[in-house]
Amino acid sequence: MTHHSAFSLFAKALGGHKDWPEQWPDAAPKPAYDAIIVGGGGHGLGAAYYLAKKYGITNVAVLEKGWIGGGNTGRNTTIIRSNYLYDESAHLYDHAVKLWDGLSQELNYNVMYSKRGVMMLAHNVHDVQSLQRHINANRLNGVDNEWLTPQQAKDYCPPLNISPDARHPVLGAALQRRGGTARHDSVAWGYARAAAALGVDIIQNCAVTAIRRGADGAVEGVETTRGPIATKRIGVSAAGNTSVVMQMAGLDFPLESYPLQALVSEPVKPTFPCVVMSNTVHAYMSQSDKGELVIGAGTDQYVSYSQRGALHIIEHTLAAICEIFPIYRRMRMLRTWGGIVDVTPDRSPILGKTPVKGLYVNCGWGTGGFKATPGAGDLLAYTMAKDEPHRINAPFNLDRFRNGRLIDEAAAAAVAH
Amino acid sequence: MILIHCPYCDEKRPEIEFANAGQAHVARPLDPSSQSDEEWEAYLFIRANPRGRHHERWRHVHGCGRFFNAVRDTVTDKFETTYKAGEPRR
Repeated sequence: MTHHSAFSLFAKALGGHKDWPEQWPDAAPKPAYDAIIVGGGGHGLGAAYYLAKKYGITNVAVLEKGWIGGGNTGRNTTIIRSNYLYDESAHLYDHAVKLWDGLSQELNYNVMYSKRGVMMLAHNVHDVQSLQRHINANRLNGVDNEWLTPQQAKDYCPPLNISPDARHPVLGAALQRRGGTARHDSVAWGYARAAAALGVDIIQNCAVTAIRRGADGAVEGVETTRGPIATKRIGVSAAGNTSVVMQMAGLDFPLESYPLQALVSEPVKPTFPCVVMSNTVHAYMSQSDKGELVIGAGTDQYVSYSQRGALHIIEHTLAAICEIFPIYRRMRMLRTWGGIVDVTPDRSPILGKTPVKGLYVNCGWGTGGFKATPGAGDLLAYTMAKDEPHRINAPFNLDRFRNGRLIDEAAAAAVAH
Repeated sequence: MILIHCPYCDEKRPEIEFANAGQAHVARPLDPSSQSDEEWEAYLFIRANPRGRHHERWRHVHGCGRFFNAVRDTVTDKFETTYKAGEPRR
C-alpha cells in the first residue's frame, strides 16, 4: 500500500492524476478463513480492519453481495452525533465519535470528518423540555450538548427562519458542537484499503446463501454464490438483510426492514454551515462539500427490500424544509434514493453474540447507523476476538427482548417515530 | 403511488389513504399468565420480516376506517391480494 501524503497528492496532480494504482486488490475467496464478515459496508469493513489491527486476526474475509459501500453506507445522510438520552446509548455512540477523531490519520485516508455541529430545533414546550432533558443527561455522561436561544441558533445557522409567525416557530435549539458530517464513501474505501493492507480479503459480488453448522451446532462455514468457505467465526453486519442471513442459521430476529429515503439538491455555493434536525416537522438537512443540500426524514411505513420509497414521503419532507428554511423554496432537487434499514422494537442496535456458537451479529441500527461506523466495527471485532461483548456493547444484547431490559431510545432517529 | 384494494369499500385507492399496521396473523395469547418469557418475546418482538411474500395488516384510515389483511411482495412492493380481517391466511 502506498502511503498518502500532501506530497504524494501533489506529485500525482502534476501527472494529471493519471497513474493512481488500485487502492486494494479485488480478492477471490480462499477455501477457509479464521473469520468471515458478512456485509461490506462501513461497519463490516471496520470490523475486519480492527480484527486485523487490534487483535492480530488477519486471515479474514469480508463478503459483500454487491459492491463495497453500495448499501446503506453510500445511502445515508452522513450525520455524526452522540447526543442520546440513556447512559448505554451515550457510551455506545460517544465511543464512535471518539474514534471519528483521528480516523483519517489512522487510516491514512481522508474521511473528511467535519465537526460543524448538529443542531436540534425545539418548536413547542414539549420539545424544549425534552431537548433540555437530553442536554442534562448528555452532560452527565460527558457528551457535549448545549442550549441555544432562537437568536443564538440563527447566528449559528443564518438560513434558519426564527420568525414568531412561522408555522413551526423556533423556541430554541440543542447544539452538539462535536457532531457533524463525514464523506461516507471515503469511510468504506479507507477501511477497505487499510484492512486489505493488513491481509484482509475483500470479496465483492459474493452473496452468502447458507450457513453451515456442525453436529454441536457451531458454525463451520458458509455457502456463497462463489463457492463454499470454511470458518469457525462469522460476524453478520448486513443491515436491512440481517433477518434473511439470520434465518440461514435458523434464528428469527426482532427486526423489521424499512426503506429510508434521502435526497440532494443541485449543488450551490456554501450557504448552510451545520446540520439541523427537527423532530416535530420531521426533517433534517446539511450541505455537502460538493454543495448539495443533503436532506432526509423518517422511514416509509411498510416493510420493504425495494431500496426505493414513496414520493409522498419526499413531499412531506420538503414541505417541512421549506417551512423552516424559506430561502430554499426555489431550490431544485437533483436525486432521491432509498436504503433498507433494519429497525428493532426499542430503536437500539443489537451488537453481540447469538445463540449459535461462532455466530456474531451487528444489526438493528435503524435510521442511525452511519455515525456509529467506527464504534460498531471496533466493538464487533472485540466481541468476535474475545468471544464475549465489550462492556460498552454488553447491554445491546439479543436477550434484552426476553428479559425486558430494553434500551428504549427515542433519540435513536433524528426524527420522531 | 401504490394503489391498494380495500376489501370493504371494494375499490382501489391511493396509498396515502391507508396506514400500515404491521405483520398480520400475530395472535394475542389466549391465556397471558401461562406464557413463558420466550413466548412473550415471540409474540411482542419477533417478526417475520421476509424478503418476498409478506402478510401484513392495513387500515383504510381515510376511508372506511377498517382493518384488513394483505399479501405483498417486499422486493417489488406489488400487492398480490387483500382480504377481510378474520378470513383465513392466504
